Amino acid sequence: MVDYFLETFSEITWLASSPNLSFVLAVTLAGLPIFLFMALNALIAVYAERKISAFMQDRLGPMGQGVGLHAGKWGILQTVADAVKLITKEDIIPATADRKLFIIAPFILFTASFTAFAAFPFNEYLMAADFNIGLFYILAMGSVGVIGIILAGYSSNNKWSLYGAMRSAAQIVSYEIPAGLSLLSVIMLSGSLAFRDIVAAQTGTTLAILPNWFILDNPFTFIAFWIFFVAGVAEVNRTPFDLPEAESELVAGWMTEYSGMRWSFFFLTEYANMFIVAGVASLLFLGGWLSPIPGYLEGNLWGIFWLISKVSFLIFVMMWFRWTFPRLRTDQLMRLCWKFFLPASFVTIIGVGIWDLFVR
Amino acid sequence: MGVVIEQELGTVHGDEMILNIGPQHPSTHGVLRLKVHTDGEIITQITPYIGYLHRCFEKHCENLTYEQSIPYTDRCDYIGSMNNNFGYAVAVEQLMETKVPEKVEYMRVIVAEMNRIASHLLALGTFGLDVGAFTPFLYCFRDRERILDLFEMLCGARLLYNYIWIGGVSHDFPVGWVEKTYEFLDYFEPKINEYNDLLTYNKIFIERSADVGVIPADVAISYGVTGPNLRGSGVRWDLRKDDPYGIYDRFEFDIPIGTGAMGSVGDCWDRYYVRVRELEECVKIIRQALDVLPRDGDVHAALPKKIRPKAGHVYSRTESPRGDLGYYIASDGSDIPSRIKMRSPAFTALSCLNEISRGWMISDVIAILGSLDIVLGEIDR
Amino acid sequence: MDLAGIIEIINAKFGEGFASIDEEVSADTVRLTPEQWGQLAPFLRKTPELFFDAMMCITGIDEGVESENLAVSYNLHSMKHNHKLEIYVSMPKSDPKVPSVEQIWRVADWFEREVYDMFGIEFEGHRDLRRILLPSDWDGFPLRKDYEFPETWHGIVINKMKEGWE
Repeated sequence: MVDYFLETFSEITWLASSPNLSFVLAVTLAGLPIFLFMALNALIAVYAERKISAFMQDRLGPMGQGVGLHAGKWGILQTVADAVKLITKEDIIPATADRKLFIIAPFILFTASFTAFAAFPFNEYLMAADFNIGLFYILAMGSVGVIGIILAGYSSNNKWSLYGAMRSAAQIVSYEIPAGLSLLSVIMLSGSLAFRDIVAAQTGTTLAILPNWFILDNPFTFIAFWIFFVAGVAEVNRTPFDLPEAESELVAGWMTEYSGMRWSFFFLTEYANMFIVAGVASLLFLGGWLSPIPGYLEGNLWGIFWLISKVSFLIFVMMWFRWTFPRLRTDQLMRLCWKFFLPASFVTIIGVGIWDLFVR
Repeated sequence: MGVVIEQELGTVHGDEMILNIGPQHPSTHGVLRLKVHTDGEIITQITPYIGYLHRCFEKHCENLTYEQSIPYTDRCDYIGSMNNNFGYAVAVEQLMETKVPEKVEYMRVIVAEMNRIASHLLALGTFGLDVGAFTPFLYCFRDRERILDLFEMLCGARLLYNYIWIGGVSHDFPVGWVEKTYEFLDYFEPKINEYNDLLTYNKIFIERSADVGVIPADVAISYGVTGPNLRGSGVRWDLRKDDPYGIYDRFEFDIPIGTGAMGSVGDCWDRYYVRVRELEECVKIIRQALDVLPRDGDVHAALPKKIRPKAGHVYSRTESPRGDLGYYIASDGSDIPSRIKMRSPAFTALSCLNEISRGWMISDVIAILGSLDIVLGEIDR
Repeated sequence: MDLAGIIEIINAKFGEGFASIDEEVSADTVRLTPEQWGQLAPFLRKTPELFFDAMMCITGIDEGVESENLAVSYNLHSMKHNHKLEIYVSMPKSDPKVPSVEQIWRVADWFEREVYDMFGIEFEGHRDLRRILLPSDWDGFPLRKDYEFPETWHGIVINKMKEGWE
């Protein structure tokens, strides 16, 4: 999109004369839909989480009858009401907290997620910035968020927040490795880091009727998908890996002292990260914007639809995990990562390499 | 290890961190403050501070008559109120040497066991919540609601019943109550499998609770741990079988004990599993009682006009969902007791927390506390 | 083993008449002085025939406004032999002291703290005798019969008869 804007601006003479201004304008115009999409995603995801968790727990969730200003039959306006409440809340900064770091922390976290979104493609042609190392860029920017978490926990001047931040930092940094390594298998198969090429390598059919997605390509990529997905859940601090925000132990962990608008940034970022993890998994393993019935229902708009539905399904699975499993203790979490996932991801890389070489 | 500083606050070890859990905290089962000394994440010492919920129960009883004290006993262990009333009534009846009619005996057993189911459901649900499983908590409460609805039909109250009186019970079973209870039992028995599928045999739950917080049997007895906590440590001791009161000796039921199936004997999983198994046993007892319940008889027939026990002391204990509930009553011959002491099982269970949680991590302390099933109302009275 | 047998074994060790049933308290209570209790307690725990390994309850009792005694009642139980014993120890209000048994039965740690908190009875040898239910700066021992409630505590009005209370 940035390229598109730059092209159109080059035809407007008064903009074309100042390349800096036109660049800044193009970037802003490209970033705005991304920001709106993140906010919309958070709204919908929060509503979905509440309804899904309610139905899984044998209760109803947000409800409302009738039309008009009331919450509506499905309780849809509940999230809007929550958003309004968060914006109008009092901004509390603890007196003994480190003010500058306290204020900066949510912005760092949000910025990391936002910039990662810049490379995320919704379609062959619809993305904020067309990278030819898109995958690498997303993984890299996702890691920057750890700094925000550590700053948030440290600056709150609260032992519990510190605990949560330390645990979270250790967890995220550890789980980056199996996540990245399991993606290497896909990169080997497609030969490129750009999303366009990776999805293009998944066109066609395998075994005549099944779509040629990487998850079905060989058993090692199947394992790699699960390693990536579970490591991604750990990256986002969702149950069963949500020890840093464990309610029953740390109140809200590293987010304890945050309220109102600052907290809503953390919240928004958590759902945006979930979208990114699910999005990368769908792009790399589930065929991205390709239709599950190869050849039919393809096209630009259909592409967006398929991608969004695959991502939504994976987000649903993440929510399903949250409401079903208890949470792992820190050392068990670490042991799982280093003693189980890491060797497993090495196995997938070697396995995919051998498969590609001999079987194909 | 590290620097040791002697100060006004006592000895402070330079490498240790002192953390406060509570008194307001989403996890502790009531207002409880734990001062935790940790070395990193490993616990070196825990000091529980109680007394935030102390409501002077024992002092109140010295100014009330015997029957006026019954609602106060409800409020001590507010989750197992029927059993509190039961224990108190048994103690006073022992002092007065009265007997209650057959029908009342059966009614008491039925409501006490139903209350035991409700209490265990809450214990299981909150234990799951403490380790992060949000859904079993709501499933347990859904089933507990049905029991509370039955109790509301019976005596009008959902949580604090004032039902078992000295010499009788307050209300007879209304028309249709027995049938509804049968329906509930038929509905509830398959649900126990649901809890097992969701929580008991879940790999993550087992990792969180097996081998954690082991209470060896002799430590348990020395610390006065009783009830499901003691049975989880492998000691086959249940007051309903080994020191029966009322008509408990007429029922056939098993005493589940911890066998270390998933870890060591006496770990959190064992204590949890004992409670799950006890749900099945309670259902058995209720069914047996309902089958032979005498249908007619006046529940108020044996209520004494004036409760004036002879002078003397008595200590009597009953099996509440948390363990040995004991009442020590000292009477001076008048209708106001001279001293009533309630020996609450959760009080002694909490006293062993320091001993069993040394060397574990903070997350484990939450799990251990959840498995001990304490109720602060009972501890503080 | 019944109570008579238990008393026989105790008296055989400590001398005839050491332990005897005090009918006034109840039909199965043995009355002892604090010194006798201090001698008897380890014996009860260690002797294989008695083996009282569970202390069920420790109760503090104020014998009344007219009496000048406080008392502590110990209810013991043996898991192995399934027999019970109740020991009643009284002491003068002016100097209430009893040997502590918290090293023998660990449950006595908190029980004795509670009795101290409510009655002011000092347990000699207790390693950490401090208040347990009441705040640590509370004055007085509430469960004594002659206890007067303080007017205020940290500025909060307690006594309901005061005019400031609405």
